[in-house]
Amino acid sequence: MPGRAITITSGKGGVGKTTVTANLSVALALLGRHVTAIDTDIGLRNLDLVLGMESRIIYDIVDVVEGNCHLYQALIRDKRLPGLHLLPASQTHDKAVIAPEDMAAICQELKKDNDFVLIDCPAGIEQGFRNAVAGADEVVIVTTPEVAAVRSADRIIGLIETIGKGPGKLVINRIKPAMVKRGDMLDTFDLIEFLAIDLLGVIPEDENILVATNKGIPLVYESNERAGQAFHNIAHRLLGEEVPFMPILDQPRNLLIRIRSIFRRS
Amino acid sequence: MAQEPTRNQQGPVSLPLPERNEPRVQIKGTRKGLSITLGEGSWQEILYELDQRLSQGQAFFYDSQVNLQIGLRDMEQSDMEALMEMLARHRIELASLQTTSRASGETAQTLGIRLALPEVTLAPPEPRGPAEDWSEGVLLRRTLRSGQSIQETGHVVVIGDVNPGAEIFAGGDVIVWGKLRGMVHAGALGNSEAVVCALELRPTQLRIGTCIATSPAETASTGTRPEIAAVVNGQIVARPWSNRAGP
Repeated sequence: MPGRAITITSGKGGVGKTTVTANLSVALALLGRHVTAIDTDIGLRNLDLVLGMESRIIYDIVDVVEGNCHLYQALIRDKRLPGLHLLPASQTHDKAVIAPEDMAAICQELKKDNDFVLIDCPAGIEQGFRNAVAGADEVVIVTTPEVAAVRSADRIIGLIETIGKGPGKLVINRIKPAMVKRGDMLDTFDLIEFLAIDLLGVIPEDENILVATNKGIPLVYESNERAGQAFHNIAHRLLGEEVPFMPILDQPRNLLIRIRSIFRRS
Repeated sequence: MAQEPTRNQQGPVSLPLPERNEPRVQIKGTRKGLSITLGEGSWQEILYELDQRLSQGQAFFYDSQVNLQIGLRDMEQSDMEALMEMLARHRIELASLQTTSRASGETAQTLGIRLALPEVTLAPPEPRGPAEDWSEGVLLRRTLRSGQSIQETGHVVVIGDVNPGAEIFAGGDVIVWGKLRGMVHAGALGNSEAVVCALELRPTQLRIGTCIATSPAETASTGTRPEIAAVVNGQIVARPWSNRAGP
């Protein structure tokens, strides 16, 4: 059975698409799944950095499209997890060198040997976005609890619906419990109500993510932290398991979200 | 999978642009039957092209009646007879001819071909009168998201939210069964009698006819209740739906 191609996108930059892609790839691979992560941010690649694979890049996705190498020659295998591979982006070209059809063909090929193909989408709604969603079976939208990020997410959901791959599922990144408590941050409930799509996960703000990113070792390898646990939960949800949402705050509102998500699933 | 990029950016309702280079031979199905339009250029080439096109269509055109539009072209009797012969070969009957050329009209009369009146191009809708006079509109059962735009000459009814960044331009009224937080222009063709109502009326900007208003600054304490906005004495005024005295 072919795997699932999932594009991780957001519209706005800096909300954590690459971090989510890297950590979900590792979390799924830790569960024994075969995963290939694709970096489609041609010209501004960084998924390789977050996964700690930069020094091992020989060929990239542009080489594959231009026929300089075979697809499987460009894949980099993770040193710890044999089931995890990366198809890196090129740092020297721009988005226009590959077409949506190329991406669709690459995803189709990779789905044969993988349970999951996770596609890290560049910011924006132009060619890079169109390439990244071309081969997707599902779309995950990452947002942070900021007005600008949520607005971009709304726009992206609209575009995904237009091309018939919507509405997608939502990951809310960088929730700060203390700020939610003070009422200074849009909370999960507001976001879901506004965007009107299913919630896949909520990731609390965690300084360790930054540390892990700089080291090139995704946080989920050490799963004790709350953020790490949140990624593991998302991985389990992607596999179809029912995992209750971690409470951000001990407030009845979160109970409401849980009830809502139960109803949404049924 | 590979969608028109422009379409994606414009949202789902952008209108297609008219073709710049109209082909010399256009074959269209209309409510009244088949319609063939012949453009300008060499008559021989056009005849040849039409023959090709009809051959491709094969049996599709069999036994159909066609309205031929030739515009300004002057056609002599021999030209017309050659054309009718060719149509007959494709088993197509020339039902009527539409032309603005006097010579062609006379030729048609000599041959007993019925002359059709040119279709009246629809005038732009008149500035709207009382709302009871018209009722056409569109119903949308979804959330209008940022970047999506609806343009309608009639009324627009949305069952769902209109998010900030989305816009609606309606010739008539706009009704939102949900939260209205985007931009709405009701009576966009100049009708200041149009109204906008929503379960939660908090648009980024509201326009009715030629008036423009913005929502008052958010006050957290304001409860949400259905409201209706209309132009009163040259200003857009929103009132709760419950104690309305008619729009």
